[in-house]
Amino acid sequence: MSKQDTITNFDAVKEIVATYRDMPGCLMTILQKTQDEYGYLPFEIQDAIAEELGIPTSEVYGVATFYSQFSLVKKGDYLISVCLGTACYVKNSQLILDRLALELGIEIGATTEDYKFTLEPTRCLGCCGLAPVMTINDDVYGGIVPNDIPDILAKY
Amino acid sequence: MEKMVNFKINGIPVSVPEGTTVLEAARTLNIKIPTLCYLKGINEIGACRMCLVEIKGSKALQPSCVYPAAEGIEVLTNSERVRKTRKKNLELILSDHKRECTTCIRSENCELQKMSKELGLEEVTITGERSGHKVEVNTAIVRDESKCIFCKRCISVCNKVQSLGALAAANRGFKAIAQPIFGKSLEEVNCIQCGQCVINCPVGALYEKDDTEKALSFIDDPELYTVAVTAPAVRAALAEEFGYPIGTDATGKMVTAGKMLGFDKVFDVNFAADLTIMEEGTELIGRIKNGGTLPMITSCSPGWINYCEKNYPGQLANLSTCKSPQGMIGALVKTHFAQMNNIDPKKIRVVSIMPCTAKKTEIVRPQLSNNGMQDIDVVLTTREYARIIKGAGIDFKNIPDSAFDEYYDEGTGAAVIFGATGGVMEAALRTAIEVITGEVSDKVDYPQVRGVEGIKEFEVTAGGLTLKACVAHGGANIRKVMDEVKAGTSPYHFIEIMACPGGCVNGGGQPIVDAQTKAVIDIRAERAKVLYNRDANNPLRKSHDNPSIKRIYEEFLTEPNSHKSHELLHTHYEAKPKYK
Ligand code: SF4
Ligand code: SF4
Ligand code: SF4
Ligand code: FES
Ligand code: FES
Repeated sequence: MSKQDTITNFDAVKEIVATYRDMPGCLMTILQKTQDEYGYLPFEIQDAIAEELGIPTSEVYGVATFYSQFSLVKKGDYLISVCLGTACYVKNSQLILDRLALELGIEIGATTEDYKFTLEPTRCLGCCGLAPVMTINDDVYGGIVPNDIPDILAKY
Repeated sequence: MEKMVNFKINGIPVSVPEGTTVLEAARTLNIKIPTLCYLKGINEIGACRMCLVEIKGSKALQPSCVYPAAEGIEVLTNSERVRKTRKKNLELILSDHKRECTTCIRSENCELQKMSKELGLEEVTITGERSGHKVEVNTAIVRDESKCIFCKRCISVCNKVQSLGALAAANRGFKAIAQPIFGKSLEEVNCIQCGQCVINCPVGALYEKDDTEKALSFIDDPELYTVAVTAPAVRAALAEEFGYPIGTDATGKMVTAGKMLGFDKVFDVNFAADLTIMEEGTELIGRIKNGGTLPMITSCSPGWINYCEKNYPGQLANLSTCKSPQGMIGALVKTHFAQMNNIDPKKIRVVSIMPCTAKKTEIVRPQLSNNGMQDIDVVLTTREYARIIKGAGIDFKNIPDSAFDEYYDEGTGAAVIFGATGGVMEAALRTAIEVITGEVSDKVDYPQVRGVEGIKEFEVTAGGLTLKACVAHGGANIRKVMDEVKAGTSPYHFIEIMACPGGCVNGGGQPIVDAQTKAVIDIRAERAKVLYNRDANNPLRKSHDNPSIKRIYEEFLTEPNSHKSHELLHTHYEAKPKYK
């Protein structure tokens, strides 16, 4: 995958804004739909949304940074989420997270330079019976130990 | 008739129109409730909780800045509970604030420092990690996050008043911060460095980039010939820095202080304002007669130029090609004045005293340099000028008045009103009408274009020509007018635009007045009065009657819009990206 390109085609933004603009509290929905479309919300997209809605860009930015569901930077093709919920935490999921950071050579929350992996901690995934749990996109790995990590990563 | 509500504050009966807040009602009883985030009409968000009051019968304390007065309520503004809670809140705010009053630029004019004293806070017992650390230095404006108390006044001003959206409330919780959007610097976003956020920040988190040392080093260097030039609006506010009431005229002392500081000459930018009228008026008439781009828009506000280049790049041809008065006088000092007095222009340093922060961004434009020399070498805001006066130990209150130096001395009444919204328009009308008709007109005053209304329209017929004009100030008003220009539906020939609300008298470099004072005094109007008084008392009211103007055309420039004028007094603009 290429690195973070500047987006120049805003047709989808215009369409999304046109569809939802009359809904009360439309900004959240518009941001969600736009993120689904582009994968993230870089500043040129936020600026385009503001321009279409006729509101200051700073308002869009304020909302986009307030909610953790929005990402301002492009994520990797594979999103690795490590559960830090109570059940997983007591089974040392922090060590799993740290090992992943070490293997990938990135900080927690960051994306590898080749945009292959993004590493994030997450709250309870609802499958505490498998603790400690991590997911890579739709694949779920339960009951793992730090030494399993290299083999798991090698599959991608 | 307005519906009145009757209630009690601290047992005293009060009657106010419905919709009045408890804070405002208390003020009518001469009771001041402390505030930090409150900025009348602009930032009324109840965020800082310093203005809490007790409402009898209501469990929680209520923020009086947003709490509407209601029939029969009983308010306590100074109960033990109120005092304790306010102190605790203040302590919380201070625990995340870099407290260093002795070396802080806002010391003695800081709403937080003042409040701490007024509430009698003795110590801050809460300790913990502090959230902000970054100091960001831009060409004109510095942000110090370690001082920010997250009151959001700057954000509201930039969004609502200036309609630029350069600052946002980013993140949440402990990490929440007032920051340029996208984590960039102000210079990399849609900021025009107007400084409106600076004059509305209650603390030392936003301030002008200090260039006082640079200016003083020029004066100290015996090899250099130093010239100070002062903008119209500075004289209307400088006295406030020395304890005078808002609306005091400081012209004479301002000049004396410049001479005492050691400047070789103190010239008046008003001279260049008169010159601007000659050049801009001629340009306008030329555009109307020859089918040039209309409406023509004034170009003396550098905040506005930044605004236009970033937000209306397609409309740059509408801007007058005239440099601002600051640019004109700088260019003339280093050519005309240097020649006439046999001074090597390379040895001249021009220090410009301005009510404006954006002026600092203007002087570094490559278009404002000639032969590798900047027209203006350094800009000091009114606040910085006051600081070097204090630093030099000059007893401002007791110094006499003096007059500007010859060559570029105080201009006409038309020039001094440049400092207030509508002033450039009025000055232009005084000259343009006489040029169009070829007759002397006894009409001098145009009250229609004066005052603080956001958009003022005006129509005048002279010599068979009907001129439609408009005056806009403050970014949000500018946007309305410019959207019409962009759409091609603007009905005007001539538009005056100033980036700051009220014009330069309320510029981002002017003395800072606290929010509670501004809630009761319109400083834009009070300072403008100084200028309109000077205008009325000046025997010369029209730019073309200024003898120094006549002289410079005879001696040097030949005529308005001549080749030489174009070379020295005119400029061009460039589209700039909103984001870098
Ligand atoms: S911002 Fe105010 S309280 Fe804070 S250090 Fe400066 S003067 Fe003191
Ligand atoms: S200087 Fe003006 S444009 Fe820049 S952030 Fe402050 S208010 Fe906004
Ligand atoms: S920078 Fe100043 S005005 Fe802006 S939020 Fe911080 S303290 Fe308030
Ligand atoms: S705590 Fe990890 S899945 Fe519930
Ligand atoms: S909450 Fe009222 S002044 Fe801040």
